[in-house]
This record gives sequence, C-alpha cells and structure tokens, in this order.
Amino acid sequence: MNSIRSLFSRLEIDERLLGMLFSLVVIWVGFHIASDGKFITPRNLYNLGNQTASVAVMAIGMVLVIIVRHIDLSVGSMLGVTAMVMGVIQAFWLPPLFGFSHPMIWIVTVVAGIAIGATLGGLNGYIIGYLGVPSFVVTLGGLLIWRGCAWWVTYGQTVAPLDQTFMLLGGGVYGTLRETGSWIAAAIAVVVIGYAAQRRRRQRIRFGFPVRPVWAEGVVVGTTCLLVLAFAATMNAYEMPEVAAKRLAESNGWTIPEGGMHLSEGISIPVLIVAVLAVAGSILLNNMRFGRYVFAMGGNPEAANLAGIDIRRMTFWVFVLMGALSGVAAVIASARLQSAGNSIGTNDELKTIAAVVIGGASLAGGSGTISGAIIGAIVIQSLQSGMSLLGFDASLQNIVTGLVLVLAVYIDQLYQRRRKL
Amino acid sequence: MADQNQEGRPPLVEMRHISVSFGGIRAVDDVSVDLYPGEVVGLVGHNAAGKSTLIKVLSGAYHADSGEIWIDGKPAPIHNARDARDCNIETIYQTLALADNLDACANLFLGRELVQSGGLLDEAAMEDATRRVMKRLNPNFVKFHSPVSVLSGGQRQSVAIARAVHFNARILIMDEPTAALGVQEARGVHELIRQLRKEGLGIFLISHDLHDVFDLSDRISVMKNGKLVGTVRTANVTKDDVLGMIILGKMPAEPPAKH
Repeated sequence: MNSIRSLFSRLEIDERLLGMLFSLVVIWVGFHIASDGKFITPRNLYNLGNQTASVAVMAIGMVLVIIVRHIDLSVGSMLGVTAMVMGVIQAFWLPPLFGFSHPMIWIVTVVAGIAIGATLGGLNGYIIGYLGVPSFVVTLGGLLIWRGCAWWVTYGQTVAPLDQTFMLLGGGVYGTLRETGSWIAAAIAVVVIGYAAQRRRRQRIRFGFPVRPVWAEGVVVGTTCLLVLAFAATMNAYEMPEVAAKRLAESNGWTIPEGGMHLSEGISIPVLIVAVLAVAGSILLNNMRFGRYVFAMGGNPEAANLAGIDIRRMTFWVFVLMGALSGVAAVIASARLQSAGNSIGTNDELKTIAAVVIGGASLAGGSGTISGAIIGAIVIQSLQSGMSLLGFDASLQNIVTGLVLVLAVYIDQLYQRRRKL
Repeated sequence: MADQNQEGRPPLVEMRHISVSFGGIRAVDDVSVDLYPGEVVGLVGHNAAGKSTLIKVLSGAYHADSGEIWIDGKPAPIHNARDARDCNIETIYQTLALADNLDACANLFLGRELVQSGGLLDEAAMEDATRRVMKRLNPNFVKFHSPVSVLSGGQRQSVAIARAVHFNARILIMDEPTAALGVQEARGVHELIRQLRKEGLGIFLISHDLHDVFDLSDRISVMKNGKLVGTVRTANVTKDDVLGMIILGKMPAEPPAKH
C-alpha cells in the first residue's frame, strides 16, 4: 500500500480522482458480470455518454456554485422552461421566417436557449448576491416557478418534431463525429494534453523549480493520451445500425458498397460538448483569476472581501454561468429526446448536486473539481443505466442511487480525515 | 526619529476627525491620528474602544461617515480595499485574512494575481516571488503548495506579512500581530517591525500587550469608547500613565511634550 502511495506521489497524481475512477471501473465491471457481458460494450457506453451529457454539463457549473458556498436547486426547472421555449422557437416561430430545416433555425435556437438560461441564472445571482436572499431559498423558489412556467409555455403540450439539425446535438444515431471525425478529435486532444504538460514543465524550469522526472511525466501524459485514444476506438467500434447507415448514404448520395453499408458511430456530439466545456471550465477554475476568486470566496469570504474581491459581483457571475450551462443542458436533453415536454429535466438538480458531491466537492464550500464532478455524473448514470439493464424497477434504482451517494461521501470523508492525521 | 518628524515634512498619513457609526452606535467618534515615515504608532485601548474600526477605515474595509484621510499631505479618497492598496497601505489583520483552502502563493497574490497574456495565471512567477519573500521572512518555510490551513500559526503569520512586504507597503497596519504566536515567533515579528521601520515605513500597531507597544512604538494613541483620549510620546510616559489613559480615559497629570 505504501509503495503504491509513494509511486502516486512521485507521479504527482491526484489519489482522490484515481479512487473515483477506480470505483467507476468497479461499478462497470460489476454490471458487466451481472448482465452477462452487456454493460461494457461500445453500444452501451455510447448511450451512457449521451444520457450523462446534460447532467454533466450542469455539474460543471454546479461545482463553482458549491465551491462559493451556494447551491442551485433550480437547474432542472431552468432546463425545463428553456427547453420548452427553444421548442416553440424552432418548431413554431422560426420555420415561417427561414423555411423548414434552414441552418439558421438551430443556430438561433441554441443561442436563444443559452441566453435564456444565462438570464434566469442572472436573476438568481442578482437576488442572491445583491439582495442577500439565501441561495437555497431563491433556487427552491426557482425550482417551483420555472417548472410551472415550463407548463405555461404550451399549456402542457409536448413540442415535436424538433429541427433536424438541432436534434444532432443530442447524439442519437446521426449526431456523431463518425470515424474520421472521432480520430481527428482524439488527435487534437492528444496534442493539447502534450502541449499543456510541456508548457507547465517549461514554466517551472524557467524559475529553476523542481519538476517531476521525465519518466513520470511520460507515464502520466502517455496514460492520459492512451485513455483518450481508447475511448475514440471504442466509440468507433460501435457500428451504426444498417438501416440508418443506408438512409444516411442515400441522403448524401453515396454509393452503397456490395457488402452493405457499414459506418462507425464514433464520438457523439453531446459527449464532445461535455469534453470541450469541461476543459474550458477547468481552465477558468484552475488557471484564471475568476476561478482563484471562486476558491477564495469559498475558503474565506471575509478574506476575499478584504483582498478587494467584489463578492456580490462574483456571486452574480457564478450563477449566470450556471444558468448558461443549464441552457446548454436543455439543448442536449431536448435534442436527445427529440421533443420538448414540460417535465423535461425533472429531478436533474438532484442528480447534478449528487454528481458534484460524489466528485469530491464539499457542501461547506472551498473545494471541488470539474473532473470529479464529471466522473460523479457518469457514476450516477452508470448506476441507473446498469440497473435498468438488469431490470430493476425505478423505485429500487432510487434506493440504490441514494445509498451510493451517502456511502461515497462517507468514504471520502474517512479518507480526508485520515490524510489530515 | 521624533525630531525629524518636526522638520515640516507632511505626515505620511493623517486621519482627520474620523467618525463611524453602526446603527446608532458611534464606534469611532471624531478621532484624529497621524503617522510619519519611519515611525511606529501604537494604538491601544480596551476591547470595543474602536481601534480596529478606525484602522479598517484606513484599509478600506469600512467607510467613514465623516472625516478625511490625507496621505503625503494630500487628500486620499479611500473607498475600498483596492483604493487603500493603491496608496501602498497594507494591512495584517488579527485574523490574518487568509483563504485557508489556498496555498501560500495564492494567498500572497490574492486580488493581485500575476497573469500572462491570454489571462492565464502566471503560477510559476508567483511562486518565484513567494519563495523570494519567504526566504527573507521565514527561511525554513517549504510548504509552498500546501493549503495554508495545514500551516502553523507562525507560518500563517509570515504568509500574511509576506503579502505586505512583497507589495512594498509604505504604510503598514498590524492588528495584534503577535497575539497568536509563540515567544520565538513573536520575537521574529518584533525584529521585522524594527527593520521595516528602519526602511522608512510608517506602521500602525494595534496591540493589547502594553509591553510590546512600549518596546516598539515611538508614539502611543489611546482610545476609549470610540473617542481618542490622546497621543503621547512613548519616551515621555510610563506604563502606568498609559494604563490610566486606557482605564480612566484621562491624560496623565503632567502633559507630555506635544509635537
């Protein structure tokens, strides 16, 4: 045990993140065995990614909210009302203006959705930051208000069908990068990972600080890159259903080869969105002033104030960001379901908060990571998908998810306490 | 030191007729104090005498209801912590005002981070500066990457002081700088105060420990119930005189030489 720990410390790896990844692997292997080999398959993992995406996007924002000692219970309802308005915009308002399936439809809809989300978040942020009403109360009100508004948008009617291009943003059969695109995305990721590591190293050498040995750097960077490539390969191993592939070939005028049309799905668009937002969010949180102030506010608001940080304005912007991300989540969720119904996103605030907490953030504020929250979101969705696969009914799924949430936080606390001693 | 101050140079800081009220209670009532370069002024009084409130007006944390702050003989509008910093005023609070979850470098630069083009934090440059200033203040300090919550009282104190030293404070406010420290560490802080004074800084020292105040300060201002009892030259008074001022709110029978 000690030799493993010293190895980790030489590699400068976050043990906690590794522990979470390990738990995820245990869950996956468990379901894989229990389902006679149906869980760790390209097809199931592809679906898992799409199902996790909207909660994962909101978890990115919720990490910041929780670090600054607040909470946002309204994200699921904001997602709901935003999805409904986007449904109306793309199905009823824009087609007469641009004509059906015009590219402007999905662009205007997405921009409007993010703007609506940011506005609702800004309203939360204003009331919490400037008027001083506790975030629990404000967003509990928002939970009820926006869910009610989601009904009022269409008096309860579900909006469908949505714009064809818009629906690609939810993944599904066609919303993917396919084979070549997936390899290109993976290659870009590898280059970025290598560049970031090299840049950090050069910075430290510039001032003569100790750097980790080259072999350790190589192991860490190499492993990360291998994981990225393995993910792309797995997604490429999932073959598009032949009917769908044929239809795609016909609509693009491709000739269908003799053996039948075989296409890879590849990395889906919602997963790509999550990856890009998670990287951007991590840079904002860990490498920019904004994130530094977020941590300072969570660690000691009084000190942050004395350091000249405008706490009210920071609070406002954190909630704006949260709102904008629930707008993005609304895009992904409604696109995936190919419709906008007024119950969309119900209970997503709980899944999002659970994801962040499983990911190691403390509700007391001051700590949390985006990578942890994403893993937390995958853990929760894996539990739900896995149990569905095994035929557990919904009530049992809730019981197990609840138990895992409490257990995960308990184990994390034990670990933290032991590390402090 | 005292005589130099009288050669017509303007004081480094003048707080004139400062009043601060909190909901009808006058925490600070028409108080005027001043501070010259290379001078330590002790600020003493009971709890709730208004010392910390007065000093927070200077550091920009509170806003005075009336009164003016002059720096180098010119009025200085200080509305917030940033304004105060722009006037080279640095404060070491009794609570140290450290974000416990951040490391020493992040705390030292909190609110004044170094950034590269593109807005990314220049962590390496900040660490380099932190290492340099800590080498001077606390050569044994090595925990540059640990959150300050795991540091000892003395180490935390040195991080807070490093903040003031690194940013070239001209006016330093120290609120109970040695209250939480052991004997050895407190001695280090005394040494540092003397050295900074030699370098020409003006220092306001708030302390409950009269021994410290007599040891370090050139003048002593005494407050009671929000009012200034008076300012005396340390060399001209005894501890009993000052105790009398603190408890009775009266100047000593033989008035000390005015400057």
